[in-house]
Amino acid sequence: MDLSYSVQEQAFRQEVRSWFEANLPSDLKEKVTNYQELSKDELVRWHKILAAKGWVAPSWPVEWGGTGWNAVERSIFEEEYALAGCPMVAPFGPVMCASVLLQFGTEEQKKRFLPRIYQGEDFWCQGYSEPGSGSDLASLKTRAERHGDHYVVNGQKIWTTLGHYGDWIFALVRTDFDSSKRQEGISFLLIDMNTPGITVRPLILLDEGHEVNEVFFEDVKVPIENLVFKEGKGWTVAKYLLGHERLGTGSLGASRREIRRIQREAALTEHRGRPLLEDLRFRDRLSKVDVELTALEITHMRFLDTMRRTGNPPGAEVSMLKIKGTEIQQALTELRLQIAGPDAAPFKPLSYDGFDALLASVAPRYFNYRKTSIYAGSNEIQRNIFAKMALGL
Amino acid sequence: MNFQFSEEQQLLADSVQRLLDEQYHFDARKKIIASDEGWSPSIYAKLSELGLTALPFAESLGGFGAGALDMIPVMQALGKGLLLEPLATTLAVPAALLAHYADSGQNALAQSLITSIIEGQARVAWAHEEAKSRWDLASIRSAASKDASGQWHIKGEKRVVLHATAAQWLIVSARTGGSGLDRKGISLFLVPSNAPGLQLKTYRTYDDQRAADLVFDLKLDATALLGQAGEALEAIEAACDWAQALLCAEALGVMDEANRLTLEYLKTRKQFGMPIGSFQSLQHRMVDMMMSAEQSRSITYLACDRVDAFRAGRVSANDRSRAVAMARVKVNEAARHIGQEAIQLHGGMGMTIEMKVSHSFKRLTAISQQFGDLDHQLSRLASL
Repeated sequence: MDLSYSVQEQAFRQEVRSWFEANLPSDLKEKVTNYQELSKDELVRWHKILAAKGWVAPSWPVEWGGTGWNAVERSIFEEEYALAGCPMVAPFGPVMCASVLLQFGTEEQKKRFLPRIYQGEDFWCQGYSEPGSGSDLASLKTRAERHGDHYVVNGQKIWTTLGHYGDWIFALVRTDFDSSKRQEGISFLLIDMNTPGITVRPLILLDEGHEVNEVFFEDVKVPIENLVFKEGKGWTVAKYLLGHERLGTGSLGASRREIRRIQREAALTEHRGRPLLEDLRFRDRLSKVDVELTALEITHMRFLDTMRRTGNPPGAEVSMLKIKGTEIQQALTELRLQIAGPDAAPFKPLSYDGFDALLASVAPRYFNYRKTSIYAGSNEIQRNIFAKMALGL
Repeated sequence: MNFQFSEEQQLLADSVQRLLDEQYHFDARKKIIASDEGWSPSIYAKLSELGLTALPFAESLGGFGAGALDMIPVMQALGKGLLLEPLATTLAVPAALLAHYADSGQNALAQSLITSIIEGQARVAWAHEEAKSRWDLASIRSAASKDASGQWHIKGEKRVVLHATAAQWLIVSARTGGSGLDRKGISLFLVPSNAPGLQLKTYRTYDDQRAADLVFDLKLDATALLGQAGEALEAIEAACDWAQALLCAEALGVMDEANRLTLEYLKTRKQFGMPIGSFQSLQHRMVDMMMSAEQSRSITYLACDRVDAFRAGRVSANDRSRAVAMARVKVNEAARHIGQEAIQLHGGMGMTIEMKVSHSFKRLTAISQQFGDLDHQLSRLASL
């Protein structure tokens, strides 16, 4: 056992850090560190900078553009990525759709879609949840009926993150309506969002932000070559994807950046004549989150190390990364709300010169982050998975 | 970066585990608790033969030179078995202090004592905690002074000295200078447990360890002093961090076993015609217990790594203590969480003395009070 980084790994960290320092545009960094929303153009601009460097999709096989990094290098990259304040690369294309195509796609599908995903030419989104199918995803009702060389899709998806930016959507649809087992008869389709019959409608969240949407399908024609894997076997694909999704939902690097920021801000905030950081009630709350995050960083490394050693895909234990990672994210937004105290109240300026937009982002962020324990398989569903798959309950 | 234990480390832990599985099952342990000594000299001897008593000492002193990380698999096995023998206590603070003073060549007695520990003969107890110190390492009122003939006269009281009766030697702290919480002025003495003027008031702790409160008024030779008079606190802090890193590793074994027992119970105990493990509210609680143990494991690795790095001169004492305090925060939280939930999920049966899980709970409770409870560790963290 050895928890230290080798000389090569330290050099790698330095290389990554220097490259971000030199190549992350300051306007984008500014927006990220001030919690501002990025436009599609801004997201794509950063995506293309990363693509030119060859760092958009480290986990892909090298022949498709992956970096060939080992688990430790990838984790160093992710940590430095977040600490530098880089905008996220929306995971729907490079992480989610790509991992499905790499595992289940035909050669034609890979050649058609992967390079465009890599270069940021297509913006992807995910069509899983439906109004009546949240945690119980297999109850989904969106129908795809086969008519000759295409399917006709009718139904509705919900919670489609960045659907208003989407060029393409991968969707779970029902292709067999008589199957006795609900998991059977589901198929995985790739759908061009410019196809007639698709309507995207914003769903405004409690922080008044627009990130998720409803997507309606009315007689949408989808060529059969856009079916991934076998008709009726989409649930296999969906389960595979969920495993990949869980591994990436911890956001540990971003939480580390946030905790450092909280330490700085609490040191500058006065409470009863002393820095808030010295208030033991506050300090203990912060310490407990710091301890949990520090432990989770190592837990994450342990999972990566096991995967590297055994060559096995992540087991159900990775549900833990999602549960703990999101609990930490939520606790951190709450601590910032606490630091802001009464100053967190201002939200939207009406007539106010010099309005503090950064301070006004604290409460909305706290509200917004309640989503993390709900999305990507709610934390209760994650516990179900853990109990069933890892504990045999 | 590599999270795998070496084959050697794993083999040793497996041998310990096999020995305990065969000879230290629940009923055997019950008999040991009821015995006069309260621990088994024959088990101790076997563990020593396996090499456990030599583990943490440097090769130059005749040991295997194991660091805290190396010790983890063995400490887990001892925790799993809920060991009653004065082994972990000897390998904790006493081993670290003796090695520290023997290494700097300051003390021939320490060197010979190490040889005797390695051979499985000598056992040493740590007598530091006092009635009013409440885990504060500098809060020492026992007093020592040197008379004209060069003899030390030490006088005072100590609390909850684990395995004091099993030990032939005690390391006793006393003030040779300063007062209150002064960092300077604390000294360490090697005291034979049969020294005239040393009174042991013995008892069994709630987790079935043997311990004693001490009252002493002693005369000791000049050679009884470890290191320099009044300069011991830094060595004590380092030794207690080492001991706490090992204690966290031991706690992992206790937690894993409590979780294993509870999971097994959920799968076998039936109510309403089905295993109670099919109820979602219990499943989720079981998952939370497993997560507590995994988080504890991760941060224990970190604490052990920093303790070793400090010894190798790679990190400061402050960094070492921060990592240990962080590990203690998590392990103390997890010990409480897992201990309480394991009892609850076992229902009425968990309340009885007949189930191992109730003993695991008591041990976890004791561990989370040793060297400082959760609040103490949090204030320590805030001060570092």
